[in-house]
Amino acid sequence: MTTSYAECSARERLALLMDAGSFHEWLPPAQRLTSPHLGQLGLPAAFDDGVAIGRATLAGRAVFIAAQEGEFMGGGVGEVHGAKLVGLFKRALLEKPDAVLLLAESGGVRLHEANAGLIAVSEVMRALLDVRAAGIPVIVLIGGANGCFGGMGIVARCADHVVMSDTGRLAMSGPEVIEASHGVEEFDSRDRALVWRTTGGKHRWLSGDCDALVEDDVAEFRAAAIAALDAAKPITLAALEQEHALLASRLSYQGAEAMPLWASLGVPDTAHIPDLDVAAVRGLGVR
Amino acid sequence: MDWTLLAERLFGEHHGITRDGDFLRGTVEFDDEPLAVIGTTAHAPIGVQLALAQARAVLDVITRHPGRAILLLIDTQGQQLRRRDELLGINRAMAHLGMSIDFARRRGHRVIGLVYDQALSGGFITSGLIADACDALPEAEIRVMRLPAMARVTKLPEALLAQLSESNPVFAPGVGNYVAMGGVRRLWQGDLAQALREALADAPTTDRRAEDGAARGGRRLAASVVQRVLDAA
Repeated sequence: MTTSYAECSARERLALLMDAGSFHEWLPPAQRLTSPHLGQLGLPAAFDDGVAIGRATLAGRAVFIAAQEGEFMGGGVGEVHGAKLVGLFKRALLEKPDAVLLLAESGGVRLHEANAGLIAVSEVMRALLDVRAAGIPVIVLIGGANGCFGGMGIVARCADHVVMSDTGRLAMSGPEVIEASHGVEEFDSRDRALVWRTTGGKHRWLSGDCDALVEDDVAEFRAAAIAALDAAKPITLAALEQEHALLASRLSYQGAEAMPLWASLGVPDTAHIPDLDVAAVRGLGVR
Repeated sequence: MDWTLLAERLFGEHHGITRDGDFLRGTVEFDDEPLAVIGTTAHAPIGVQLALAQARAVLDVITRHPGRAILLLIDTQGQQLRRRDELLGINRAMAHLGMSIDFARRRGHRVIGLVYDQALSGGFITSGLIADACDALPEAEIRVMRLPAMARVTKLPEALLAQLSESNPVFAPGVGNYVAMGGVRRLWQGDLAQALREALADAPTTDRRAEDGAARGGRRLAASVVQRVLDAA
């Protein structure tokens, strides 16, 4: 019996991923901390502004954790939502947990709070990098139905370790935005297979953009998070140069299709990748 | 402002900044000190290649010229909206650029961003917004997304968004709103060279934007929410 991570709410994920009963929330919904901007648009607010933050234990280790709720405004980062994340990272600098976990599910900047949301995401980025500079690993889990896009897609790649399910998506611009900008020939947002080949967990794992690939199962996410607790990767000049060389090598790839890209990475029989389960993809020996 | 005019007003006719496509790069002498200039022009869309070109320039400064100050010149229409860039991991390339700039800051390089024309979300968040401080010219514009696209994504009427962008600092594209919200530290008026001198002289090393937004009244909650998280039982 497995429990779908994608189908869980943010709080269900927190309850199931962390040691039983260990999650202690800061600024819980009872405090009714809501967005100051949504009312003028006639939109309902949420008493947690779409993110739960707090401390917990994971396999007995002290961690700080945040979970974005995709059901509220697509997990978009507004002023309060972003400040809660920044506060969590700043508190981690003071109390030094073993890791900070971010259960990311977000379209990025909450457009309804446009400018405030954009600044907030950049503040999250800097606060996250402060935590990494202090040697505390930041682990991002991506498996919600809304994916991890926009500024949060960048934030995810600022972390030490990224875990994705094969149904998870990680990217910058959503396919709808690209289609609206450059036409359906550029990106057909209704072609689900194309969307997953371009942004989904298997592609990100095969190309090295996520560190662990799991099934859409809460227990697998928990195991992958535990395995990553000591995965701190110090940001050094050598590490940045290595990252640069890897990314620069991608520029020689021509085209926008995933399968020839996988083939260039040594993946056999690329046409069958979408049909394989996660264990089979991990067993390909590509990484 | 055109980048060549800006360069001349800041550094004189023989400024030494060169343009390669939409990418700007150079080393200038400013107050008898070398200063690295890295940026984009022509409302450049920032794709994987342009993110990496900027990151390469930042890493070169860190390697070859420890401590040298960096000026980021920002003019972008935002991230490149292409499927190929998404396939190649544009978010990772952007993160790499942001982390390279952040690393330079931690190594003691002062990094100042200047929005001299326009800035949009994805091309801005890992350049000016991750510098020690981001300043702007008064006529510059900063926005998250153009209104028609924003209306489509939010499913709000474009007329409502247009009306809000006239009056509401959260929506309006003028840089003055970004100053009020703390995202832009200040505007460069009058003598631009003097403004750069001051920007370099008092570059902050910690992120002061939430406090600035509260003090200036444009972003009232961010700083207090951060403090409440720190104080929560």
